[in-house]
Amino acid sequence: MNNRKINLLVDSMKLLLILLIALVLVATIIFSVSKEPANALYNFFIGPFLSPRRIGNILEGAFPLMFTSLAVMLIFGAGQFSMIAEGSFFIGSTAAMALSISLGLPAVLHPIVCILGGGAAGALVAAVPALLKRKWQVSEVVTSIMMNYVVQFFAIYLVTYHYREMSSSSLASLKLADTSLLPKLVHGTNIHLGGVLAILLCVFCWFFIYRSKFGFQLRVTGCNPRFAHYVGIRESGVMVGAQLIAGCIAGMGGSVELLGMYNRFKWTASPGYGWTGIVVALLAKDNPLMVPLSACFIAYINTGANIMAMNSDVSSEMAQIIQGVIMLLIASGALLHRWRQKLVVEAAQKEQAQAAAAEAARA
Amino acid sequence: MSIILKNIFSTEFVYMWIRVVTPILLPALGASICNQAGVVNLGLEGIMLLSALGGVLGGAFGGSLLAGLAAGLGTALLASLIFAYFHLNLQADAVLCGTAINTFASGATVLMLFTITGEKGTSSSLKSFSFPTVNIPIIEDIPVVGKILSGHNLITYVALLAIFLVWFLFYKTPLGLRIRSVGENPDAASSVGIHVRRVRYIAILLCGVLTGLGGMYMSMGYLGMFTRDMVAGRGFIALAAAAMGQSTPLGVFLSSMLFAFFDGMSNTLQLLALPSQIIEMLPYLATILGLTLYSIRRSRRQRTLAA
Repeated sequence: MNNRKINLLVDSMKLLLILLIALVLVATIIFSVSKEPANALYNFFIGPFLSPRRIGNILEGAFPLMFTSLAVMLIFGAGQFSMIAEGSFFIGSTAAMALSISLGLPAVLHPIVCILGGGAAGALVAAVPALLKRKWQVSEVVTSIMMNYVVQFFAIYLVTYHYREMSSSSLASLKLADTSLLPKLVHGTNIHLGGVLAILLCVFCWFFIYRSKFGFQLRVTGCNPRFAHYVGIRESGVMVGAQLIAGCIAGMGGSVELLGMYNRFKWTASPGYGWTGIVVALLAKDNPLMVPLSACFIAYINTGANIMAMNSDVSSEMAQIIQGVIMLLIASGALLHRWRQKLVVEAAQKEQAQAAAAEAARA
Repeated sequence: MSIILKNIFSTEFVYMWIRVVTPILLPALGASICNQAGVVNLGLEGIMLLSALGGVLGGAFGGSLLAGLAAGLGTALLASLIFAYFHLNLQADAVLCGTAINTFASGATVLMLFTITGEKGTSSSLKSFSFPTVNIPIIEDIPVVGKILSGHNLITYVALLAIFLVWFLFYKTPLGLRIRSVGENPDAASSVGIHVRRVRYIAILLCGVLTGLGGMYMSMGYLGMFTRDMVAGRGFIALAAAAMGQSTPLGVFLSSMLFAFFDGMSNTLQLLALPSQIIEMLPYLATILGLTLYSIRRSRRQRTLAA
C-alpha cells in the first residue's frame, strides 16, 4: 500500500467513524428527549425521501450551502479565519432585494444584475476584515464576526425603513419584481436555476484552485505564507484577493437564494448559511468538486430535522447540534492518527524488506 | 444631543455602565488567562450560552440558587473540558473547535428549552432564581458614589474582584508564572519540566469558571430568565477586549469598560428617534473600531522598535 492509498483509507474510515458517532448521538438525544422516539427517528432519517417535494427540499437546501462553503474553502485555503461568509451572504440577499424592487429591467437581464450586485456587496463586506488584517494585522476572526452582526442589523434596518410591505403584520419587504426571479426547473419542487449556477461555480472553483496561477499561489500561501513570500508571491495580496472572491461568491449565493426561493425578503435575522458552510467545506476536504455532495448531506440533515420537528416532539435545532459535533470531529487532526502512522510505517518496512530481498537475490 | 450628554454624565448611566460591563468583563478575564497560556478560546460565546441555560435549569429543578450556580458552573466546565480535549489532545484548530462549540450551544440550548418548556423563545414559564443585589453598608450612603457602586448584582462584585484575583494569579503564584511561560514559549517551558498540556488544561478550565459566571449573569442577573441566543456576541466582544487589553487584568478591565460604554450608549440613545437597528449596531461597530485603533498603535510601536 502506498501513502496515497493509506491516506484515502484512513480518511474514509475517519469520515465513517464521524458519521457513526453523529448517528449514535442523534439516537441518544432523540431517545432521551422524545416521548415517541421511533416516530421521530423515522421522520428524521426516512422522512426526507418520502416525496419528490421533500427530495426537492434537500436539493434546494444544498444550493445556498454550496455557495457559502466555496467561500469558506477559499478563505480557509488562504490560511485566513474570516467568518465573513455569513455576512456576505446576507448582504448579498439584501442588495438583490433592493435591486430587484427598485430597478425595472427585462427578464433575463434583471436577475443577472441582481446577482452581480449581490456579489459586489458581498465582496465589499468581506473586504473590511481582509483589509484591516492586511494593513494593521487586526484579527480577522473577531472583526468578521462583528461585521456579521453589523450586516444583520443594517439589512433589517433597510427592509424595515425603506422596502417594507406596510400591509403585512410581520416584517416582509415589498414584492420582488417578477422579471428578477429565477425560473423553477422541476415541477412540484422549488428547484431553481440557481442550482445550476452553484454547480458551475463548484467546477469553476476547482479549476481556479487547482489549475490557475492564482490558485497555485493561494495554496502555497495557505500552506506557508513565509515560504510564499520568499519565492516571490505577494502573499498579503493573495490573502485579500481570496477573501474578496469568497465574499463575492457568498454574496451571489445570497442573491440566488432570495431570487430562487422567495418572492419577498422575509428574514428577520441572519440565516446562518455562512456558519453551516464551514461544516460543508470541512466535509468536502478542500475539494470543490465534493462540495455538492457534502452540501446535500448537510441539507439532508437540515431537511430531516425540519420534518421531524413538524411530525414529532423534537425540535429542528437538532441539525445544529449534529453540525457542531461533526465540525468538532473533522477538525480533530489527531483522530485515527496513530493508525495512519502505523500503516505508513508498516508499508515502509515492507518496501524495505522487499528491496533487501531483491538485493539479496541479485547478489 | 444635550439630552444624551446629560444622560451620560448622570449617576444612572455610570451605574448601568457597570451593569453592562459585567458579562463582557468576566469572559474577557477568562480569555486573558487562555491567551496568556497561548490558547485562543473562540468557544466563549457558546460556553456562556450553555451556562446561562444550565444555571436557569439547575435553579428551576434543584429549587435553589445554589443548585443553579452549581449547574451553571458544571455546564461551563464540561463545555470547556470538551474544548480542551479536542484542542489539546486531538489537535483540532482552536478556531474551528470554538466555532463547533458555539454552533452546538446555539442548537442545544434551544432544543433543551423546547423539550422542557415547549417554547423556543424564553424560559419565562420556569421558576427562576437570580443572584441577589448587594447594598454595601457605609458606601451606599455616600451621595454620588453610593448610587454608582452600591446595589449591584452579586456577580458584578465577583467580576470586579476577579480583576484582582487574575492579577494575583498571573504575577504572584507559581501557576501564573507557568501559564505565562507556556504562552510565551511552550518549548522552553517544556524543557524546564513544565507540563504544557496540563497547564493549558488548567487555564481553559479557569477561563470556563469565569465565562460560566458571565453566562449565568445574563440569565440570572441581567435578565431574570433565559432567552434564545441571549449572549448576542458578548463572548466575541470579550475576546476583542482581552486582545486589546493585551491580556493584562487592568488592560482587560479598561477595554471591557470601553466596549461596554457603547453597549450602555445604545440603551441611552433609544431616547433619540433613531432607527433601533442603527443603535443596536453600535457595540459591534465600536468593537471593530477599537480593535483597529489598538492594532494601528501596536503596528506603529513595532515599526519604531524595528527602526
